Amino acid sequence: MSERTPPLHGVHETRGATFTDFGGWQMPVEFDSIREEHAAVREGVGAFDVSHMGEIEVSGPDATTLMDRLTTNDVTALDPGDSQYAAVTNEEGVMLDDTVVYRLPDGIEAGSATASLSDLDEEADGDLDATSGDPAYLLVPNAGHDEEAMDRWVDYRDEHDFDAAVANATADWAMFAIQGPEAVDAMEAAAASPESVTGLSKFQATLATTGGVASWVARTGYTGEDGFEVMCPAADAEAVWSAFDVQPCGLGARDTLRMEMGFLLSGQDFDPEEEPRTPYEAGIGFVVDLDTEFVGRDALAARQEEGGPDETFTGIKLLERGVPRNGYAVTDGDLTRIGHLTSGTMSPTLGEPIGLGYLHAEHAEPGTEVSVVVRGDEKRAEVVAPPFLDR
Amino acid sequence: MSFEVPDELRYLESHEWTTVDDESVRVGISDFAQDELGDVVFVELPDAGDEIAAGEEFGVVESIKAVSDVYSPVSGEVLAVNEELFDRPELVNEDPYGDGWMIEIAPSDGVGYEELLDADEYDAQIA
Repeated sequence: MSERTPPLHGVHETRGATFTDFGGWQMPVEFDSIREEHAAVREGVGAFDVSHMGEIEVSGPDATTLMDRLTTNDVTALDPGDSQYAAVTNEEGVMLDDTVVYRLPDGIEAGSATASLSDLDEEADGDLDATSGDPAYLLVPNAGHDEEAMDRWVDYRDEHDFDAAVANATADWAMFAIQGPEAVDAMEAAAASPESVTGLSKFQATLATTGGVASWVARTGYTGEDGFEVMCPAADAEAVWSAFDVQPCGLGARDTLRMEMGFLLSGQDFDPEEEPRTPYEAGIGFVVDLDTEFVGRDALAARQEEGGPDETFTGIKLLERGVPRNGYAVTDGDLTRIGHLTSGTMSPTLGEPIGLGYLHAEHAEPGTEVSVVVRGDEKRAEVVAPPFLDR
Repeated sequence: MSFEVPDELRYLESHEWTTVDDESVRVGISDFAQDELGDVVFVELPDAGDEIAAGEEFGVVESIKAVSDVYSPVSGEVLAVNEELFDRPELVNEDPYGDGWMIEIAPSDGVGYEELLDADEYDAQIA
């Protein structure tokens, strides 16, 4: 498979970024140092290019039903400008991906969202409820999951004869995350009418002009800090990116930041092949609304009736020197395996080794003493309920 | 970007360096290696008194993003380890040829491992 590149690959290269393959995308992993970039986001503000995220646009009379059937959360609760975190599950209730579902202004047609942003911005004049037409949604799958999401949505629509248009618009969009306690200041400098953006509450989104470009801006993120995600036409990516004169951050810091918060990484902390998990096992039961009718709903309801999951996603802190990593076994300290880690690092904020993974429920109580097997040695560790930081 | 490659040292293709001395040599990883790894957060080293062999791994260095074995440029007995790195692994980034040294070895066969590169050869390898 040929590698995909974000619109600003050359800009990042000139800035001195090093790159890594992530989900089939060649993305910046580090601009200066992971530690510096991490600290910028915790203490100030940093900007990430997350254009590897997919964009599936869905519109039409049956768009709401289609979205509701294929994601675990209650899509009918969304008004234009609302968004929600959700899982995509198969018939067995196993997570294929996690995603954010945005409800776009009414009347947007799937496949033309980026082209209609500036007209809509003028027309709506800050009031998304004033838009008219069929409902429209934007689904944001993880890197490399856009094509399977597209297939899934189209197949389901066709099977059920829904009246909805679906378009994989990943190449149309650039996406940036502006994150940190000073994200509001950065947005005030970049946005044409900052108050419409800085007044957003968590998980709210709106049309806004950033760097002179009509954009879709949401108060969302993956770092645990206040911040925004800015989505704009790929062709205008540079104007938007350069409007944020802040520390550029790579995927390395994005990973350490999300681990400190206990946020899941799709394809690593869960994966339909390597790490098949239900949302309950993965600790995101709050995105499952069993009162809605979605693929996987019955399997998940049955599992809940049988009692909670046998294994749960939790955190550990190593009490000895070492670095927990993906794949390391967790034992009871006496060579009996009780789980394994799916993520781990030296926490830059805490200066302590932290890990995330799945433990048998009876060993997953915070404070339980366990061990992590590092290159054959059992190292003492303690179960900690994530997040590792108060945020 | 250019990296420091001191003339007086010898190198392994796997980016370790050694001083040249018949009695006692110091070993660490190169400027290039520390930059490739990024922020070093953990170093695992042998104990003084351990015997190690040229070309074989003697320790592990971990950065935030990577785990890497460290190979010995010489054979012999470990005389000392830089315990300062246990508390301050970032010294490997800050001063790879100085305070970031890893172990001292009494070479049993001198510094004669045939795989060693001189500074020019190593510089050409990382260019």
